[in-house]
Amino acid sequence: MSAIVFVEASHGTIKKVGFEGVVYGKLTSSSVTAVVCGEASADQLASLGEYGADKVLHVNQTLSASACVDVISQAAEKEDAKWIIFPFDNTGKAIAPRLSARLKAGLISGALGVPSADGVIKKNVFSGKAIAQMKINTDRKVIAFSPNSVGLQKSGVAAAVESFAPEMKASKIHQVETRKLEGDIPLPEAELVVSAGRGMKGPENWGMVEDLARSLGAATACSRPVADAHWRPHHEHVGQTGVAIRPNLYIAIGISGAIQHLAGVNQSKVIVVINNDPEAPFFKAADYGVVGDAFQVIPKLTEAVKKFKASHN
Amino acid sequence: MNILVCISKVPDTTSKIAFTDNNTRFDSNNVQYIVNPSDEWYALVRALEIKEQLGSGKVTIITVGSAEDDAVIRKALAIGADDAVRVNAQAADSFFVAAQIAEHAKTQSYDLVITGKETIDYNNAEVGGMIAELLGWEYITPANKLDLAGDKVRVESELGGEIHVVESPMPVVISAAKGMAEQRIPNMRGIMAARTKPIVLVEPASISPLVSIQQFEMPPAKAGVKLVDPENMDELVRLLHDEAKVI
Ligand SMILES: Cc1cc2nc3c(=O)[nH]c(=O)nc-3n(C[C@H](O)[C@H](O)[C@H](O)COP(=O)(O)OP(=O)(O)OC[C@H]3O[C@@H](n4cnc5c(N)ncnc54)[C@H](O)[C@@H]3O)c2cc1C
Ligand SMILES: Nc1ncnc2c1ncn2[C@@H]1O[C@H](COP(=O)(O)O)[C@@H](O)[C@H]1O
Repeated sequence: MSAIVFVEASHGTIKKVGFEGVVYGKLTSSSVTAVVCGEASADQLASLGEYGADKVLHVNQTLSASACVDVISQAAEKEDAKWIIFPFDNTGKAIAPRLSARLKAGLISGALGVPSADGVIKKNVFSGKAIAQMKINTDRKVIAFSPNSVGLQKSGVAAAVESFAPEMKASKIHQVETRKLEGDIPLPEAELVVSAGRGMKGPENWGMVEDLARSLGAATACSRPVADAHWRPHHEHVGQTGVAIRPNLYIAIGISGAIQHLAGVNQSKVIVVINNDPEAPFFKAADYGVVGDAFQVIPKLTEAVKKFKASHN
Repeated sequence: MNILVCISKVPDTTSKIAFTDNNTRFDSNNVQYIVNPSDEWYALVRALEIKEQLGSGKVTIITVGSAEDDAVIRKALAIGADDAVRVNAQAADSFFVAAQIAEHAKTQSYDLVITGKETIDYNNAEVGGMIAELLGWEYITPANKLDLAGDKVRVESELGGEIHVVESPMPVVISAAKGMAEQRIPNMRGIMAARTKPIVLVEPASISPLVSIQQFEMPPAKAGVKLVDPENMDELVRLLHDEAKVI
């Protein structure tokens, strides 16, 4: 059985989730073709093989989402692929549903791992409060996997790279401009996130939150009232009505843990809660907790992180 | 300008999530249903703002669902939608829903179809893209801002630490996310007016779902919180490194 894996390359590089897609493909099928859309270095293209790609098809230009649908549907025909694999990120969300509708191939979005022997695929539903066991009824199957659900592991050797030039319709969408958002690390992709809420009292106190984030190499996030009060930019708002994230580590400082907040963060791998109220509901969803005053705890934690980093370099 | 806004009914976030029939069906007992937040707060309100700005046009809402969904449809009408279409069928899967909506859209002349970015129950983020493909229209997601620019739409999307600004001719399908508009609370006049606004019933086209849910399960319980002394942050860092292996 063969799988094709959509791999996005932008600004010349392939993100971690691109390699993870190839691992997902390898765990699902005996033969894996990575289809790389966008500019990428020769080294990175070849190294997809180490993660499980038998072959790499490369479309060496920046593509619109519509063009990616054209590319992947033709690659699926060419490789007679049974499985078509995307990451469940913003790019995957723009492409996988269209491909599914075009090929009439069932799609499962947010898959938590690879299909079981009898074809059951699990995904989180109700914002992580339950898991659905799903099946795809069609022969050809499309999966958009949750980032970090299978992780990275090397299993092969460098792959042969072929350039690929399928037919593509011109997109009617025209790029006007691209602006960088504030903050060094984009929140939706961050592995580590430091988030703070109303417990920080006011925007003038965020310096210590940013220091902690910087010491860890983490992105910053916030609760909704904090964004609504313009203490922090809107794109940092996480939760049911903001962004949903799934980092390896989520540190929540001065956030009570309302259900609407948890809905966007409770799929994080490890949650640390810092709150001066031992009864704060967030502690029930936490792996590690610190009952204490944020203004005392944050600088101590930042120091401890710096000390740790210095001794581990 | 005619805008179609896709509305779905979801359990209120505070609902207890439980299942019946050997964990194969969602237990809707005592569940309070609301309009999916991104459909209501962002998609619908922005559609109304665009209509108000133009001083003309119509905002239609569509739901694929049963008579039980009429309550959330009335809520959306109370916020200001002009009329509603309900495709009279249980939503079997995203493809089924998208195909029903596309079938309806083909019989009308909408300039814009707006969906929410995802529902808070099944978290699929699929329906919008599928509608676009079935209609052969362009698709933009996530749309954090939506404006008219002459005969085009101008959309801002937050993607990987950047804001991408694009323009697209209409018709186009857009999936609305945070930032596009602010929540509107329906007033008494809206609620009264909603009672007499039409809900057009449409019989479903025959479409086979592409995926199915076999069963539900509960996520593994958390082991419980491990408390760390606030004076000893070295210990927290050690645990995050040695035990949790996240730093
Ligand atoms: C439909 C709907 C959708 C919503 N969507 C979202 C969403 O997407 N995201 C979201 O975040 N919220 C959302 N909310 C709001 C949510 O219900 C909560 O009101 C919000 O999350 C609370 O934010 P907070 O925890 O920062 O503030 P608070 O609830 O005020 O909590 C502050 C916390 O800080 C602690 N604290 C105070 N001082 C200190 C100190 N010195 N040191 C340490 N801790 C301290 C307090 O003990 C308290 O636990 C939504 C609500 C509704 C109704
Ligand atoms: N049953 C439905 N009827 C009408 N619109 C729907 C329905 N289900 C989903 N949608 C729309 O599609 C969007 C994305 O839903 P989903 O793909 O299920 O996450 C929602 O925010 C709605 O706008």
